This record gives sequence, C-alpha cells and structure tokens, in this order.
Amino acid sequence: MHLSRRGFLAFVGSTTALAQSKPALAWKSKAPSDPLGCLVDITRCIGCRKCEQACNEVNHLPEPEIPFDDPRVLSSPRRPNNTAYTVVNSYSTGKLDDQSKPIPNFVKIQCMHCQDPACVSACITGALTKLENGTVHYNVHRCIGCRYCMVACPFEIPAYDYFDPLTPEVRKCTFCLERLEEGKPPGCASICPTEAITFGRRETLLQLAHQRLEEDPGRYYNHIYGEHEAGGTSWLYIAGQPFHKLGFLDVPDAPLPQRSESIQHGLFSYLWSPIVLFGLLGLSMKLTHGQDKDNKEGK
Amino acid sequence: MHAHPRPIDRPFWSPGVLVMVSLMVAGGLALMTRYIGGLGFTTNLTDATPWGLWIAIDVASGVALAAGGFTTAALAHIFGRRAYEAVTRPALLTAALGYTFVALGVTIDVGRSWAIWKPVFFHNYNSALFEVAMCVMIYLTVLWIEMVPIVAERFGSKIRLLAWLDRTLDKFMWVFIILGVVLSCMHQSSLGTLLVIAPTKLDPLWYTPFMPLLFLLSAMSVGYPMVIVETNIATSSLKLDGEMDVLAPLSRFTILTLGIYLVVRIADLMARGQLGRIFECSSTSISFGVELFIGGILPWFLLLSSKVRRSRRGLFIVALCIVGGVLLNRINVFVVGFSPQTATHPYYPSIGEILVTLGALATIMFLYRLFITFTPVLSARSLKEVSQ
Ligand code: SF4
Ligand code: SF4
Ligand code: SF4
Repeated sequence: MHLSRRGFLAFVGSTTALAQSKPALAWKSKAPSDPLGCLVDITRCIGCRKCEQACNEVNHLPEPEIPFDDPRVLSSPRRPNNTAYTVVNSYSTGKLDDQSKPIPNFVKIQCMHCQDPACVSACITGALTKLENGTVHYNVHRCIGCRYCMVACPFEIPAYDYFDPLTPEVRKCTFCLERLEEGKPPGCASICPTEAITFGRRETLLQLAHQRLEEDPGRYYNHIYGEHEAGGTSWLYIAGQPFHKLGFLDVPDAPLPQRSESIQHGLFSYLWSPIVLFGLLGLSMKLTHGQDKDNKEGK
Repeated sequence: MHAHPRPIDRPFWSPGVLVMVSLMVAGGLALMTRYIGGLGFTTNLTDATPWGLWIAIDVASGVALAAGGFTTAALAHIFGRRAYEAVTRPALLTAALGYTFVALGVTIDVGRSWAIWKPVFFHNYNSALFEVAMCVMIYLTVLWIEMVPIVAERFGSKIRLLAWLDRTLDKFMWVFIILGVVLSCMHQSSLGTLLVIAPTKLDPLWYTPFMPLLFLLSAMSVGYPMVIVETNIATSSLKLDGEMDVLAPLSRFTILTLGIYLVVRIADLMARGQLGRIFECSSTSISFGVELFIGGILPWFLLLSSKVRRSRRGLFIVALCIVGGVLLNRINVFVVGFSPQTATHPYYPSIGEILVTLGALATIMFLYRLFITFTPVLSARSLKEVSQ
C-alpha cells in the first residue's frame, strides 16, 4: 500500500475546509402554493358508489366482480387496491334517525395528494412527484417496484400489482390528471349526484369547509381532516362524526418527510460527513502506517 | 506469529456441502415461482405490509451481518492493529459474498427486477433508500476490488490480466480500504433512516429518530462477533486450529462497541418512556425483550469475564447471542414491529419466502467454502500442525 504524504495532507486540509462551509440546513416544505384539491363532505354522501364507477372508467380499470350498483359491498370496510383507486365504506356510529334506524356515514377513500407527500420523498428514483397543480403523480417508467412509497405513505394508500411477475405497477388515485389538464374536474367529483365532492383550489375549499362548519355546527364535527394532517393534503374532509370513528387513520400534523429529510441532508449534503470521515481515517492510516513494517506480509 | 493465509487442502465435496446444494435447489425452485406467478404468488406481502422477510433478512440483516468486513479492515489496516490481519481476509470474503446476495435479494424483491439499474440514472436525494442503494452498489464494487489480491495470489501466475490488475490496484488499495469503511458507515446508518418516515407504522419500541445511529452502532458491535462465529464454524467443521489467539483479544473491542450501543439504546428507550413496556407480555414485547436481554445485555456481561473470552465454546456462544440479537433487531424493525393501521392480519413469511432466503444463505456458505478451498483466505493451521 502506498500513500503519498503530501497528497494526503492536502486532502485532509480540503476536507476540513469543506466541513466548515456546511450551510445551515433547515427543512423547507416543497408544497405548491396554490394547489387544486377536493373537499369531501361526508354528511352529503349517500353511498351510491357512482364515484367508484367513474373512477374505474376514467382510469380504465378492470370491471369489478360485484357491480357498482350493488350496495351490499358497503357493509364491510374495504381499502383502495390495484383495481380500485377509490372505495366508499359505510360506518354506523350509533346515532339513530327519527325511525330509530342507525344513520350510516359513507366515507370515500383515495390518495390524499399530500402537500409534502411521504411517498414522493421516499421514492428511490423520483417516480412519484408532486406537481404544481397539486397532483401526486406516478411515472411508471422510473419505477423499480421497491414499494418504499407504500411503506412511507401514512394514509396507507398505494397498492401493488402483486400478481404481475415482471411489470407490476404502483396503483393509486391519479387525481384524473389528464382531465385536470383539460380543465375538467376529476371523474368522481363531476359525477357525484349530491355534490359531496367539491373540486377547486385548496385555499377556496378550506374557506368553504370552515364556512360550513360555522354555519351548521350541529351538523358537523369541528375538524377538517387534511387541513393539517401530514402537513396538509390536497383532499379535505368534513364529517358529522369524529374522524377516528369513520375509519380515518391517525396521522401526525408534521409533514412526514421533515424528519427523515433533515437527517439525510444534515448528514450527507455535499457529502460533507463521508469526506470528513475519509480524511480522518486516512490520517489514522497514515499515522499507523510505519508501525507495521516488521509485521507486514508479502506485499 | 501467524501463518500466511493459504488455500485449505481438503476435498471440496462433503455432506455439509451436499446439504447446501439441496437447499440451493429448493430456493431456486421457489424463486422461479416468483417470476412466474409474481410476488403475490410466492410471498405473503400485502398492500399494508409491502416489505417482508426478504427485506428484513436478505437485505437489512445481510448488510448488518457483513459488518465484519469494514470493522476488521478498520482495525487492522486503518488503526494499525496488524495482529488482526489474520481475520481480515475471511471477514472480507464474507462481506463480499454477503453484499453480493444483498444486491441479488433486492433484485428479486423489487417488482421490476429488470429495472434495478434505474436509480443510477434517476436520483432522489431525499430518499434514504436511494442512498442505501448507491452505497451498496459502490461498496460491492469496492469489496470485490479488495478481493483481487487474494484471487491474484492464487491464480495470478496463470491469468496475466489478474496479476496486472493486482499490481495496478495495489497503489490505490488504501483508497479502497478507507472508502469501504466510509461507505459502510453511510449505508449502515441510512438503513436505519428507512423507517424514520413511517412513525405511524413502526412500534415505538423501535421507532426513534435515533434509528440511524442505532443501526450504525449495532452494525459496529456485531462485526467482530460475526467474525468469531464464522471463524468458529469454519475452523471446527474443517478441523483447523480455532485461532483463539486472535479471536479472544478481538472480542475485547466488542465490550466497548456493544456497550456504547446498549447505552444509547437503553437511554433512548428511557427518554421516550418505553422501557416499561418490556412487562407487557405481547409477542412484540417478548421479541423486544429477547433482542435486548439475550441478544445484548447478557452477552455483554459475559464478555466482561476473561474466562469466557478465552474459552472457545464460551466465546462462540456469546458471539452467537450478539449476532442473533442484531439479526432479531432488524427483523423486529422491518417485520415484528411494523404494524400499519390498516393491516388486517400480521405478516408471516410464506414457505416460498423462507425457501428463497435459506437458498441464498446456503449459496453464500457454498461459495465461502469454494473460496477458502481454492484461494488463500484462512490462516488457521490444521490441528495436526498445531499438535506438532
Ligand atoms: S396519501 Fe399517500 S400516496 Fe397519496 S400523496 Fe399522500 S403519501 Fe402519497
Ligand atoms: S415502488 Fe416505484 S414509485 Fe414506489 S418508491 Fe419504489 S420506485 Fe418509487
Ligand atoms: S380523482 Fe380520479 S383517480 Fe382519484 S378517486 Fe377521483 S376519479 Fe379516481
């Protein structure tokens, strides 16, 4: 092993210089400032599953085993999967109507299109991206199928083509990006007969949601799911019941990428720590190099 | 003084090798089903639990248990403890084989195996997985570069190219040795960063923002115990001298490294008020208890005794506990403690997943045997020579 002393010291020197130039690394949100979104008003949803059908058609998904006009599927909770990007579940929370029948709450689930999406931060190749219009977009041509996005998503949304041996895809709500780009609302929002899904700018939707909560406090539980969850999401919900009773997941308010990205960048921006470590180890190697002459083998 | 490493003169085929071959065949068949029926056919993975045994063992544990490579290289080549050079070669071989199979493990686990090269061109610097992938890729190359002198020593006279490569690389070998240690520190810790993004899914017994540090420290502390375990297995099955004159002093470093790891681990658990959950008596807390006590605290105390360190069997058992503890830690993080809110039932590996993992392990051992038989890796003398 050879090691030139001068080259080496120069190296250690540059290392230290680099370490000192390390900038302050505060994490910054990369959320678009004026994204589109949807407000789902659970008190308006009648569980007709028309949105499921529209979604199926817009995204060219396979025909389901049980037809969309069969309401029986509502009774046991489902999750979006690789053949259905949105599903409606029914939850009864014990409240009764005038004829003392339990009042169902219908909850539509799909990708929340987070403002700072964990899936986007996690994706190894950048196959998932947050677009300026709010859509969290999946580009299959970059995907390797590592499924880290699925591990990362706090809403547990992305699904996988597990039975495709060679070209499986990650599947989730596309926000009907093509329709959005044509200036049309997403399929599910435009078909809804009771206007339970309002499409618009996130800011406007938040105002609308607050307005509804204020105007009819008896009808609504005082929380907008998605206003702060996971640092804010493009899809928002208001409901007549506490959200945890309606199958909504517990998700912290801090954007999920914040912690992991701070660690990643704190340790590795400009590769400062590996370079410093390299310098220190090299120094140690240099210092102990002479000690072994007697004991060194064959080289 | 220690003998120079040399090929062992033993017949290659033995009953043990035949067992390995049959496991390799079984694993190979299970692997075929994955490429015919898809991941869903062979594995028990679901949308809620997208990572299973292959990520926990073949990848995460594989990387951790290959830590003998960089920890011995650091000790012998960087910190100048030449006395330990005897164990650097077997540790390097294990690391080279281990990482090769980590790479293969990732390749079969990703849905689009043929697209595995894409991270080289499409980068996401926010992703811990991207960093792990890059480091593993480069480190794997570095490891095989470090292997060149060993192979060249044996075959250099026959294969000119090899001898030339060896001579050329020799000038830069110091770069590769340091690079290997640096890359190891980077991705060992980044493996711990992987689940930092999933606080709602990983049990707080393991979820902490200090996971990267804990992964690095545990990898550092498992390096020498792993060398002790594999040297013991190799030397006793091949009837070689146990090399206790190297292994016993080597284990003293583990008192320090394992001690630091345990202090940080326990302090973190206490700071987050989780330590009491050891009394919970759920399968999760039992798995945690076994990991911490049998895989950490107990062997640490045993290591303090010089009697244990000097006894071949005692040292082997202690090292085995530590290796098992780190293995269980990785399984706990990626499988046992990983409980998403929508998981309807816990994930258990399928027969197919287990067979593929066993097959990979058998292939590693098979190749290890192949290398030590034909190239100068082990320095241990045969028992006959010792008694002379
Ligand atoms: S809900 Fe999940 S999949 Fe959708 S944008 Fe957020 S993190 Fe990504
Ligand atoms: S599965 Fe595809 S989209 Fe998801 S993180 Fe991996 S590469 Fe990205
Ligand atoms: S936005 Fe489009 S893809 Fe998403 S749930 Fe609605 S219809 Fe389906």
